[in-house]
Amino acid sequence: MVRLSLRSSRPHGDTARSRGAQRSGGPPASAAPMDSSSQPQPQSPAAGGDPSEDGAAAELPRLTVTQVEQMKVEARVADIYRVLFDAAPNAKSVMLELWRDQHVEYLMKGLRHLAPSFHVLDANRPWLCYWMVHGLALLDETLDDDLENDIVDFLSRCQDKHGGYGGGPGQLPHLATSYAAVNTLVTIGSERALSSIKRDNLYKFMLLMKDKSGAFRMHDGGEIDVRACYTAISVASLVNILDDELAKGVGNYIASCQTYEGGIAGEPSAEAHGGYTFCGLAAMVLLNEVEKLDLPSLIGWVAFRQGVECGFQGRTNKLVDGCYSFWQGAAIALAQKLMAGSDEQSKQSQPSKLSSVDDSCGTSSSGLASEKSSVVDYAKIGFDFMKQSNQIGPLFHNIALQQYILLCAQVPEGGLRDKPGKNRDHYHSCYCLSGLSVSQYSAMTGSVSCPLPQHMLGPYSNLLEQIHPLYNVVLEKYEEAYEFFSSE
Amino acid sequence: MGSSSGEEGEEQWVPPSRRPELADVAPLPQADGPCPVVSIAYRGDFREVMDYFRALYAAGERSPRALRLTADAIHLNPGNYTVWHFRRVVLEALDADLLLEMHFVDQIAESNPKNYQVWHHKRWLAEKIGPDAANSEHDFTRKILAMDAKNYHAWSHRQWVLQALGGWESELQYCNQLLEEDVFNNSAWNQRYLVVTRSPILGGLAAMRDSEVDYTVEAIMVNPQNESPWRYLRGLYKDDNNLLVADNRISDACLKVLNKDWQCVFALSFLLDLLRMGLQPSDELKGTIEAMENSDPETGHADIAVAVCSILQKCDPLRINYWSWYRTTLSS
Repeated sequence: MVRLSLRSSRPHGDTARSRGAQRSGGPPASAAPMDSSSQPQPQSPAAGGDPSEDGAAAELPRLTVTQVEQMKVEARVADIYRVLFDAAPNAKSVMLELWRDQHVEYLMKGLRHLAPSFHVLDANRPWLCYWMVHGLALLDETLDDDLENDIVDFLSRCQDKHGGYGGGPGQLPHLATSYAAVNTLVTIGSERALSSIKRDNLYKFMLLMKDKSGAFRMHDGGEIDVRACYTAISVASLVNILDDELAKGVGNYIASCQTYEGGIAGEPSAEAHGGYTFCGLAAMVLLNEVEKLDLPSLIGWVAFRQGVECGFQGRTNKLVDGCYSFWQGAAIALAQKLMAGSDEQSKQSQPSKLSSVDDSCGTSSSGLASEKSSVVDYAKIGFDFMKQSNQIGPLFHNIALQQYILLCAQVPEGGLRDKPGKNRDHYHSCYCLSGLSVSQYSAMTGSVSCPLPQHMLGPYSNLLEQIHPLYNVVLEKYEEAYEFFSSE
Repeated sequence: MGSSSGEEGEEQWVPPSRRPELADVAPLPQADGPCPVVSIAYRGDFREVMDYFRALYAAGERSPRALRLTADAIHLNPGNYTVWHFRRVVLEALDADLLLEMHFVDQIAESNPKNYQVWHHKRWLAEKIGPDAANSEHDFTRKILAMDAKNYHAWSHRQWVLQALGGWESELQYCNQLLEEDVFNNSAWNQRYLVVTRSPILGGLAAMRDSEVDYTVEAIMVNPQNESPWRYLRGLYKDDNNLLVADNRISDACLKVLNKDWQCVFALSFLLDLLRMGLQPSDELKGTIEAMENSDPETGHADIAVAVCSILQKCDPLRINYWSWYRTTLSS
């Protein structure tokens, strides 16, 4: 097993920073992130000061809501990690196992039957399919033919006769559920599944969803945001219908959503957010317009979203949540690939924008940013992206992230969750597993063909299938679909 | 005009099949097929309402009874965007009372404040009502933010109302208030950024920068472990690195924080950026960094940016990969 040694890797001892809850001038904490001895005491919110300065405590400001909530989560997570640190070696190994069978059972069960309480997701049924089918594919679990065919039939019933997929049979076509449906069909991967997508109509639907600004709206008369842009561009790229007409103006809209913090917001001026940051960056890569983003500041923002709990938060000073293992983890993994061999650019242009890409075209080895000719070959961008190997290692703490997912997000009965104390659900199961896959493969550099054991936490049997991080479908399934749609 | 929208009422709920006004409608079951997947065990009332909704939706019937049925369907599942979409079509056809409709959606929004559809519906309505809606919309988002001061949808809506319909007058004051309550509220800092850069009554970033730097530095001094003001400070000089480097208050703030806590990652990281942008370190700053390095057995670095980066590599182990990479981008 791989031993997480954050605790001993700290030559200076004192750095267990409580995100948003650090007591200034407090005593040095002793050890690694989440070492329990460094935890602030949530029980005494009124006295947030250094215990050695009791006399001054009354003058210190009370703890804010953000601090108190943060401390509660840290304390819960610390309890879990303390058990790990104190455990005997073979007990540790068991604790760090991915509970495959239980997750498979949970996801498989939902594919057929869901309880009445799921009526609130009645307009998201293709999403339910995707969360389960993709989760199972990550676990390398195959579905039987009948089930696969039933999923294809069901999604065909969600497909609008004028193009696009709705949230259920007869519902209005919607870009997000189109993304979920197409990703599900690609993951199933049969001829029947792939050919069930009416690409001509899908293209027409997408054109109709395009706003005059270039951005996309979710559905007829629906909201315009970065999510809509990503789901449109991802689907179009995946089924090979992306062209200049669809691409026009989207990149400028997404660039206008990058905030002063460095991350990307749902719409201009809103707050930088992990979900939109992934969506925006992935769409920009697929559009070949990454140079319109300030990449160094985006990377810096994402890197700082990983906290002492070892998982990612979605926004500055918010609580950790397992689903951001994917949104933030994949965003930084994309950035890692974009940085491959581009240190020269980074040197020239940092800390201002990476706007000098045009100047360095001749020498750029990133491949994607180079050759900004008038005609972009959208069909190959996603494919070429994965053909390039990583030149640099991960820009986040990939082992720590695995620790959060395995220990804090797994539910013994199967399924994964946001954080300790929350219930499992299919959404978090899908995105925690996707994030786990990203973190397992993120340290692969050069010509290495599979992750080395030291880049994985827990037994090697924890290894999930690799995903294509621009689309979040299993890489092998992507490659089959790419072949299929290239010849269409 | 004025067809009612909500039909809230406390009176006994009558299933559609027993409503005389729907007697002529043949319910339309969901076409789930013989072997459905992700099949939800709908409760009877849910299934019935949706079957009647589907019938009227398929017929495209724009009538008061259709409007009432959309209200039923929305109460059962406010996430059904098809129902909301059809409701807007019906509202337009009936030339319905928009204020009454706003009242209806507000009630749904209060119990479902994180639902995309309700906020989109509110934006659609507010746009139709125009500037008259600004004050009541600001009151409403205030109410939602009082329950959860970081609700993403509420903030987006508030920002849209400000920019489309106005109501900027007390917005900076509102930001002050929220930051007084919780200075870690990054959403409030983000809103402050919008106000400072976009409010038509404040004169823009150039006019506000000086006093904002003071405000932000003060917040940092009170709690250097709060990342929000550090990021905000950078934002105040977005696209103007020379001015940032030239502002002594900022490098002084970094130094002051580091003199109290030499491992403050935010201060070190900010300092690193300043050095990268061309900050010429003062003797005092050089002395501080050298002292930090000397506490480490490794030999010091001639380049002060590299020195700061190597300190970060040690005292921010969670980001060790990031700082190691960052160091490769520094010319040494």
